[in-house]
Amino acid sequence: MTAILEARDVKKHFRIGGGLFGKAALVRAVDGVSLSITSGETFAIVGESGCGKSTLARVLMRLLDPTEGEVVFDGTAVTHASGRTLADLRRNMQFIFQDPFSSLNPRMTVGKLIGEPLEIHAPQLSAKDRHAKVADLLAQVGLRREHAGRYPHEFSGGQRQRIGIARALASGPRLIIGDEPVSALDVSVQAQVINLLSDLGRDLGLTLILIAHDLAVIRHMSDRVAVMYLGKIVEQGTTDALFEAPRHPYTRALLDAIPDPDDRNRAGRPQIDGEMPSPAAPPPGCAFHTRCAHATDRCRKVVPVPDETSDGHMTACHHWRDIVDAPRQPFPLNRSAATKARLDLYRKATEGAKITQIAQPKPDREEMR
Amino acid sequence: MPDQSPLLSLSKLSLRFKGQPVCAVEDVSLSVAAGEILCVVGESGCGKSVTAMALMGLLPPGAAEIHGGVMTFDGQAFDLTKDRVPSDLRGGRIAMIFQEPMTSLNPVFRVGEQIAESVQRHSGCSRGDARLRSLEMLRCVGLPSPERLLDQYPHQFSGGQRQRVMIAMALANDPRLLIADEPTTALDVTIQAQILNLIRDLQRDTGMGTIMITHDLGVVADVADTVAVMYGGHIVESGPMTEIFENPQHPYTIGLMASVPRLSGPRQRLTTINGTVPSIRQMPSGCRFRTRCAFAAETCSTRPAQAEVGPDHSVACHFAPLEQMLKVAG
Ligand SMILES: Nc1ncnc2c1ncn2[C@@H]1O[C@H](COP(=O)(O)OP(=O)(O)O)[C@@H](O)[C@H]1O
Ligand SMILES: Nc1ncnc2c1ncn2[C@@H]1O[C@H](COP(=O)(O)OP(=O)(O)O)[C@@H](O)[C@H]1O
Ligand code: SF4
Ligand SMILES: [Mg+2]
Ligand SMILES: [Mg+2]
Repeated sequence: MTAILEARDVKKHFRIGGGLFGKAALVRAVDGVSLSITSGETFAIVGESGCGKSTLARVLMRLLDPTEGEVVFDGTAVTHASGRTLADLRRNMQFIFQDPFSSLNPRMTVGKLIGEPLEIHAPQLSAKDRHAKVADLLAQVGLRREHAGRYPHEFSGGQRQRIGIARALASGPRLIIGDEPVSALDVSVQAQVINLLSDLGRDLGLTLILIAHDLAVIRHMSDRVAVMYLGKIVEQGTTDALFEAPRHPYTRALLDAIPDPDDRNRAGRPQIDGEMPSPAAPPPGCAFHTRCAHATDRCRKVVPVPDETSDGHMTACHHWRDIVDAPRQPFPLNRSAATKARLDLYRKATEGAKITQIAQPKPDREEMR
Repeated sequence: MPDQSPLLSLSKLSLRFKGQPVCAVEDVSLSVAAGEILCVVGESGCGKSVTAMALMGLLPPGAAEIHGGVMTFDGQAFDLTKDRVPSDLRGGRIAMIFQEPMTSLNPVFRVGEQIAESVQRHSGCSRGDARLRSLEMLRCVGLPSPERLLDQYPHQFSGGQRQRVMIAMALANDPRLLIADEPTTALDVTIQAQILNLIRDLQRDTGMGTIMITHDLGVVADVADTVAVMYGGHIVESGPMTEIFENPQHPYTIGLMASVPRLSGPRQRLTTINGTVPSIRQMPSGCRFRTRCAFAAETCSTRPAQAEVGPDHSVACHFAPLEQMLKVAG
């Protein structure tokens, strides 16, 4: 288990205001994050909007300089890289954006868009080889060779995200960071892109860092998960451990809040009140104490130290050991036999099984007018 | 099933936008009773908002031709092809909230004035009474220190609070029907849960009927009494919520259920629905889902009628009920 990317106590603070309007403030977007990403794993970062996920991703990629702390990619300090070293880093670490449309230049053909990173990172390729490589990349993400001549607006959201992925793959990276890569997509298309990313991760031995606000999506595609709240990681563990036995009150609250099609009694789950405070004025002590049902005086004053158990599961909460034993309503898997049978029939059909008709449609079903 | 006459029913709404070859919404029928939440669910572009706008008489004038559709509200029938939905229904007996509250809140007026203005317009009460009503409503939607909030501007609220303000404004005139178009789509899950609980509670207290538009089957499972599943401008399946989840019949409903990532069960590869929604110019004839359907056959190029497959449960698919019609070969 070698770490490919490490973040050591990374902070990113933004100074805002201070002009004619309002007083100056310091936004603690990322406020002391340490991570160690293992080569080949899919690592997820989840949390509500504004908790600092995108800022963290940008610092990891060196699209932003951290205020404090350092980032190390495969032994190289990202934080101070320049020149040749930085170019190598850029080739090895690629980014996929949430909104595939705004991240693609509308005036460039898809072939150009995917060829561009090749020109930068593999200038030795002849034009012919480059075209062949573009065609390979298109095939890899489930698009066709002919698509190279078209423009982004001719594609649907899911296809554009595939273009974004092909572009990220072009330089032959070892690590890809996806910032909410499926959040803007419809469910049916979201599932296609999730499967594609999982396949690519496995086939190419890629390390993936996926940022999302949807825990259910994360559960299906990651090996480990970090939960962020107000600039800090509050819990981190394997996907199974985190979903089956969440330790931090915030993780539990997040899970309880998700409406799941199998859970027809979410209203019976506990609800947390209030909203995430502003990172310009984070509460003292545990940042979650303003919304936490378990908060004590200690929580209001003392910042909890990350507590890591021998299985590598980390929790930053004073009281997690007491809370973790509290009974929690498990997620039901309440599917009727009929639903199971049909989901199964559907799955087989989409996987190419031959379906035969055993009865004729009733004639009165046809054409209503 | 008790024969309760619906609060609102819509029968066979069809409309076509100018310059488009086929109807964006076709033969859409739905109904909602007092005290009931109907969820209209489907992916983006399937016609959910357009249907709601047509009900409220809010389609941009001249943009669409309405070919058919009768709306009956509280015993009063309107032929949508010629009658204009009376504007005093809107914001009065029928209220609407949207995904983005800023589309209905005016940024330059204080929140209290906006709620009071709507109350006065519909009830004709005094300014003082309207202000009191605004205060009561802000308290009722769970906003802290409502006295102070009355005098604030919309931009001073967070997204979740703005949605609460919208709900306060929508409910200030005691509507009989609430139409909520993706009211929680832009919100974080913990805030979404708060807003859904709030809508459910208020709905229970007031006994109003609610049409909730969403793209999220989780939200449906959470709040719906009845469900209408839309695809490509058609309602492909509708019925009581438990029926839809425990006895889903339309391949689209089943595909949608299969593609939602779950919090429980095996962490397996997700099943998907092939392809994407065709654009209105490429909409296939017959069953509009057939270009993506795992079960499509030749028959599907003729349009399937709505067939009853259970009490109040109807499906528009040639192969319903599925297991009586199809099986895996071998
Ligand atoms: N360039 C910036 N200047 C000032 N504040 C910023 C800047 N970028 C992000 N922020 C603030 O930092 C916090 C975290 O933002 P972000 O990393 O985008 O969160 P997330 O991706 O989790 O939604 C937010 O409060 C945001 O407003
Ligand atoms: N003003 C308009 N002019 C032309 N087409 C429109 C207009 N409004 C909506 N449409 C089309 O009608 C269809 C249904 O849209 P809509 O009801 O907004 O979908 P959704 O289910 O996402 O709410 C879409 O194909 C959309 O492009
Ligand atoms: S430290 Fe205290 S306030 Fe923070 S999550 Fe734990 S119990 Fe809640
Ligand atoms: Mg972000
Ligand atoms: Mg809509």
